[in-house]
Formats: sequence, C-alpha cells, structure tokens
Amino acid sequence: MIGEGIQSTNQRKHSYVRDKVEVGFFTDPSVCIGCKACEVACKEWNHVPDDGFTWSGNSYDNTGHLGASTWRHVMFLEQDRQKGNQVAGPMSLDDDPFRWVFLSDVCKHCEEAGCLEACPTGSIVRTEVGSVLVQNDVCNGCGYCVVSCPFGVIDRRPEPLHDAGGAFKCTFCYDRQKSGLVPACAKVCPTESIVFGRLDDLRARGAERVQQLKQNGYNDAQLYDPTETSVRGIHAFFLILGEPEAYGLPPKPQIPTIYLKSAWTSAFATAIASIIATLVAFAFFS
Amino acid sequence: MTSNSPSEKRLEELREQAWKDGVVPGKGVDVAGGPIPRKPGYYGQPVVKPPVWTWEIPLYFFFGGIAGMSAVIASGAIIFHHVDPSLATNVGVARAAMWLAAIAGAVLSPVLLIMDLGRPRLFLNMLRVFKHRSAMSMGAWILSLFGACAVPGLIALELHTQQIFPGTFDQLLRVAAGIFIFGSAIFGTLLATYTGVLIGATAIPAWFLHRTLLPIHFGTAGLGSAAAVLELLGYRIPALNFLGFYAAGVESALLVWLSVDKHGAADRAIHEHGSGWLIRIGEILNGPLAIVLRLFGQVPLAALSFLIGALVSRVGWIAVGKVSGSDPESVFAAERY
Repeated sequence: MIGEGIQSTNQRKHSYVRDKVEVGFFTDPSVCIGCKACEVACKEWNHVPDDGFTWSGNSYDNTGHLGASTWRHVMFLEQDRQKGNQVAGPMSLDDDPFRWVFLSDVCKHCEEAGCLEACPTGSIVRTEVGSVLVQNDVCNGCGYCVVSCPFGVIDRRPEPLHDAGGAFKCTFCYDRQKSGLVPACAKVCPTESIVFGRLDDLRARGAERVQQLKQNGYNDAQLYDPTETSVRGIHAFFLILGEPEAYGLPPKPQIPTIYLKSAWTSAFATAIASIIATLVAFAFFS
Repeated sequence: MTSNSPSEKRLEELREQAWKDGVVPGKGVDVAGGPIPRKPGYYGQPVVKPPVWTWEIPLYFFFGGIAGMSAVIASGAIIFHHVDPSLATNVGVARAAMWLAAIAGAVLSPVLLIMDLGRPRLFLNMLRVFKHRSAMSMGAWILSLFGACAVPGLIALELHTQQIFPGTFDQLLRVAAGIFIFGSAIFGTLLATYTGVLIGATAIPAWFLHRTLLPIHFGTAGLGSAAAVLELLGYRIPALNFLGFYAAGVESALLVWLSVDKHGAADRAIHEHGSGWLIRIGEILNGPLAIVLRLFGQVPLAALSFLIGALVSRVGWIAVGKVSGSDPESVFAAERY
C-alpha cells in the first residue's frame, strides 16, 4: 500500500522464486499519473532497443502498442465520461464530461498461454513464479507465437534492431526476481499504480480497490482478469474504468489451442478422403 | 474590421465556418480524432498481432501440398501396378510423383521454411521438443518424417526399377521402396493438410473462424496440384484426370461454402477487403474454371488453371490474415459471437 515505504511489496526483497510462489502485477489506472517511468525503467534494465521516435497524435501516447521492443506501454485514453465524483471546473459538468485515463499495459502472463503452447522450440517456458518467459538463445524466430497470443503482446524483432529475428516480450524481470528484486517497472512506479506481489494478495487488493472506487462514484470500475475464458486468468491483471475494448483489450480472450480439435478433425477427414479418391482413381480409371 | 481584399475575405469565411460548424476541414489538415477519439478500440490499434510471415510461407504451403499428395499418388499407382502388372504407365507415374515429392518436400519446403525464420541458423531447434498442442511443432515433425521417408523411398524405387542390383538385394529394395513410399504417403496427407490447422488454430479472426474449411482447402488443393503437375509433365492418364475432377469439384464446393459462411465484421477481411478477392479468384481458378476446361478436354489448361488458383488462394489466405489481425473490430466481433 502507498505510504508503506520500503515495507511495500514494490520495494522490499523477496524469495518468491525460491519459494515457488505465484506472483503477479496489479495495474491500477485510477492512481496512474502517466509519467512513463515504467517504460523507461523497462528499457533501461532489459537493454530493450528504442523502436523509433514518431508522433502518433494519439493524446500523449507516442509508444503505440506493446511489441518486441515495447514491454510496458502507458495508454492515454480520452473519454467523454466523468471521472468518479470528481468536479473540476466546467469540463466535468454533466453535459460535457471528460476524463483522461492512463493505464500501463504489459504482457498478461496468462494462466493458459497461447504463445507458450504454440512455441515449437520449447523456447517459451513457465517459470517457478508462474510467469511466461522466452529463452532468447533458444528462439529461432518462427513467428508462430505472434499469431497465437490473444492479446497481441509478443512480436518478432525486425532488422536492424539489436538481437533481431527472435520473439520478445516482457520477462517479468525474471533475472531480477531470481535475485530477490522486484521487476523494474513496479520498483520505479511513484504512485504504486503498478503493484508487484503474491498473486492471491493482489487479487484481494484489486477487488477491494474496485469497491473503494465504486463508493467514490466510479461506477464503471471493474477488474480485467478473464478467468471465465479458456485463458483461465492472467498474472498481470488490471483495474479498468469502462469497457475493455477502449483499452484495446479483448473482451473474451481465448487460447487458440481450443480450435485444434475441429481443425485436426477436418485435416484427418481430408487426408482420408484424399487417399480414398486416389485409390478410386487408380482402381477404376486406369 | 472587414477588408475587401480576396485573401482577407477568405480568412473571414474560415472564421465564419469555424464558428458555425466547430470544425474546418481542409487540405493537409487532419481534423479527425481529437479531442475524443472515435476510432474503434484504442486509437484503432490492432488487438492481436498480424502474422510476420512473408512470401515464403504461402509458397511453402503450395509446395508442401504438392509434395505430400504426390506421395499419395505414387502409392496409389504402385498398389494398382502391383495388382495388375499390365499397367506399365503406373510405374512411370509413380517414379515422377516420387521425384516431385522429394524435390518439393525434402528440398524446396525446408529451404522456404528456414528462409522465413527470424534466425535461420537455429532451425534445428524445431526438433528439440515434440508438442502435440502446437501445430507448428507437429508440422516440423511431419515435414522431417516425410523427408525421411520420401528420399529413401525414391532412391529404392529408382534402384529397383533400373534393376541395378541382382537377386535378393533387388527384392529387398522392392520391399523397402514399398514401405518408405507408403510411409511418405501417410505423412504426406498430413503435410498437405496440417497447414490449414496451423493458421486455423490462431488468434486471427478470419483464420480461426474458417478452421474447418482451411485443412480441406489446403489438402485438396495439394492433391489437385500434384495431379496437375504430373499431367503437365506429360502423364495424361485417366486416373490423374479423375483426381483433377475430384479436386476441382471439392474446391468449387468450398467456394460456395466460403461465400455463404459469413461472420459479419469478424471475418470482413475475406468478404470486404481486396485480399479476399485473391482467395476467391484462386478458388474460381481451381474450382469451376478447372472443371469447365477439363470438360472441354483442355487438360493442360485445366491443370495450369488449378495450379495458379492453388498458389493465388494461399497468398490470399496469408494476406487476409494480415488484414484481419490488424483490424481491432474483427477481434471484438469474433469474441462477441
């Protein structure tokens, strides 16, 4: 909690990797100030190359979207709605409501991860703390994880960037976690909009925060954690104001392996039909 | 203060328009977007990532399909030559088909696949693990096992038909050729069809919504293409003509299926975007047009039409995936189903 100082789970040393404790990120836009310290910390710690300096024209967001070289992405939403019970001058009157929402997006580290299932090299693995990790030295850049992620997180890094060709995404700072350190983005977050900690603690904290916000007039506050779909929940979950679509988050993400059964059935049927057709061809038309 | 000079008048007009309409559209000025963005999703950004695959992949689908189904044709030819030795042409067809299987499946396909990798030198990492839940892993194994059957199958068949070794060793070669060629036929049917599973079991809406159609399309296009290449090589036999009719008939049915099976915004890349036309043109070429040409006895033209159609529709399916994956509304619509 804010004000806990070095006792906060974002600052103190831990032994989650050794103890095999499931960890997570809880990201809360209601206290995010849009400073992008998480983006900078992530790039600096992980030596992620820059991915161009362009003006998007989309509010203060010139990062665009998560990708091979963008593992944290602060979104800037401008919506014609009121922010809770806040009254801050003529812009928040009922007839002309406006709110600015910031949310730091990141790899969701799914309970059932599409990228991990799709990876043909075994490069993508599940760690002791439940996060999903790409082993860069194993990945041969086949690109199948890219189309298998229901959240559009992982991507292949193009030339001429450093270490091009492989697939990259958030590592959950596994290297730091092994040494008992907190992921870089959570460590630097000045308002604890990003909280790192035990997943069960964070889920309780998230539910509590939603209640708190609803009491303060944020009627559309909800947790984004798709536990009801085949993804079966995410380790980096979010509190969102409004609909997930506005954040580019899929409302009902599904892991693509659920489509395998019908596709393989069709493939086997085609295989058998082709064999029969060929046998018929040579038996009756020779 | 108003002025009568034309340039000042123009500024007055602009001021008037801004006051009345609240917005002044003009050359070089993009007023769309702010302050409240109206694009779907988050500033119209893609929700899932479009495929990073380039031209090698549709070409691989094309050659993989030809290779796999050539082995099936070779097996069929060998079985019925064995049953009825008077069918001497079958041996020629089988040999040509096995050459096709080996060249397209054990040389062209792996080269294309390795070229498409982001790190080609690590291609052997594909065989580090066996994951039945990953169509890409299954595909890597299917292609490897296919090559491991087709190449020795071809060598044994050639040595046997040219009677290079005498006596028992030749009998051994005959048995080995049979086993390897039947093996390559089994892996070949999977090689030609798994590519439909590969793109059908992804997060791309236009692909996963048609995951049942894709393996049928890719597999049958592979069978028809293999028969078409053999016909173009000069093997104008009734069996291949029948396979040409069969494949073109199935493809025509799939063309109808695809134009009926619409999912609104979720697969609009197929029905509203230009790349969808590649699929339809491909399906017309290897469906109805191939049938008509074959009915009129224009076998080489029918074979050519089928081959071009099979290639164009594969290019179309990858192109459609890129459009569909970049379209946030397609993803939202598919999930609301």
